[in-house]
Amino acid sequence: MEVSLKTVWKNFSKYQFLLVELVKKDIKLKYRRSYLGILWTLLEPLLTTAVLTFVFDGLYHRGDRTFPVYILTGRLLYSFFSNATKAAMKAIRSNSAMIKKVYVPKYIYPFSTVLSNYVTFLISLIILAGAMLVFRVPFTIYTLQAVVPLLMALILSIGCGLILSTLAVFFRDLEYLWSVVLMLVMYTCAIFYDVSDKKFADKEPFMKLFNPLYDIIVNFRNAIFGTPLNEQALIISAIYSFGTLLIGILLFYKKQDDFILNI
Amino acid sequence: MKEKVLVVDNVSMKFNLMEKKVDNLKEYVIKLVKNELRYQEFWALQNVSFSLNKGDRLGILGLNGAGKSTLLKIIAGVLKASEGKVTIKGKIVPLLELGAGFDPQYTGAENIYLYGAVLGYPKEFIREKYQEIVEFSELGDFINVPVKNYSSGMKARLGFSIATIVEPDILILDEVLSVGDAKFRKKSEKKIKSMFDNGVTVLFVSHSLEQVNRLCNCALILEKGKLIAKGKVKDVSAIYEAKINEN
Repeated sequence: MEVSLKTVWKNFSKYQFLLVELVKKDIKLKYRRSYLGILWTLLEPLLTTAVLTFVFDGLYHRGDRTFPVYILTGRLLYSFFSNATKAAMKAIRSNSAMIKKVYVPKYIYPFSTVLSNYVTFLISLIILAGAMLVFRVPFTIYTLQAVVPLLMALILSIGCGLILSTLAVFFRDLEYLWSVVLMLVMYTCAIFYDVSDKKFADKEPFMKLFNPLYDIIVNFRNAIFGTPLNEQALIISAIYSFGTLLIGILLFYKKQDDFILNI
Repeated sequence: MKEKVLVVDNVSMKFNLMEKKVDNLKEYVIKLVKNELRYQEFWALQNVSFSLNKGDRLGILGLNGAGKSTLLKIIAGVLKASEGKVTIKGKIVPLLELGAGFDPQYTGAENIYLYGAVLGYPKEFIREKYQEIVEFSELGDFINVPVKNYSSGMKARLGFSIATIVEPDILILDEVLSVGDAKFRKKSEKKIKSMFDNGVTVLFVSHSLEQVNRLCNCALILEKGKLIAKGKVKDVSAIYEAKINEN
């Protein structure tokens, strides 16, 4: 079947409203039954950062007053990535009733899942801004650069989400495998340790090369702490992000007609 | 000559049935290594061709497993045919398993927007028709209650009300004329009748010959994925009756 970008775009705009509805639904339902509602998006990173600061600052006796901001930057990005990809992985299967009945472009399910996680992530950045004020990390012109790593994180998550949601249709045990991978990603993301420490000096090149999320976090931190972006990390994260997106689109497109036979 | 709204051209559907269902990576790798991954081909539909003019009402007959649902799913765009092509002009609305697409956590009101969006209606349109949908479904105050607390009849009523709020060009009916209680059934039949009068094209699957005779003007019979008869409803239902009786 011939597919031109124009028909894809036409189809997409037809279902734009559905995309918005699905994103809204995800966010609404997540907090419907909780007393504090959407406030949890702010409270949760705040509490975990407090714990991490307490543990690791105490452990290393760093005495750096901006350490909580350092942790927050890494943690917020990592938890977005992990939540978004985990949820996207289940997107096709949890919407199987819909998929079996009415024609809707199927990518809309993993895509909307990642987007809804992105929206809550963006809201949670309020906490980061607050922490910057409290711990006196100045806002500079460099802060605006944060847009770049934030965009990379979104593209990377959409790409991974498409790949995972496709594979998860055929292999149900992928969930367990992915949580192991996520654990590896977390520990090599330098969320709560400082890579400039000489203990990590020899590991850093590997992390840079093989963990795109680490590169994204590095540049996010550069932006927040008012230094220029690291070019190398930027290039590597861009290659990974657009690469996974491309692979994700191709894989999803190739396999989507078989979904219905397996869900 | 009348306008053709649906052309089904030489459609075949092949399923690869794995002898044993493998749905996890571990088993897949083990079977791959042992070279035990075997597929069995199964043709659910073979070279089915027909076309419908605007206003035609087609009854699809056949025993269980004849390929009726597969055919409807291909026409609805849910399944993609392995071979052949389906051409559709206009808006197609499937009335299958009403309410299966609802989110149970969402209230009826929220589901109206969600389900409407799934069916591809624009937002303004749903907002405009919202009151009408609520009234037709007769749900009253229940519209603000999560759908998980609905009875199956209530769900079906809401689903029917949303799906039929547009005037589709092609309507797919899969034994849904038995929605809700007697009162609502009458109302829904009336609604469908009024659609018939407006010249909607209908695909109707039923095991009841009487219903097919009453509602349709043409029919076809599927047997093991093959089209074995098509034409005027009278002729075809006579053939079908003869087939049933011969066994």
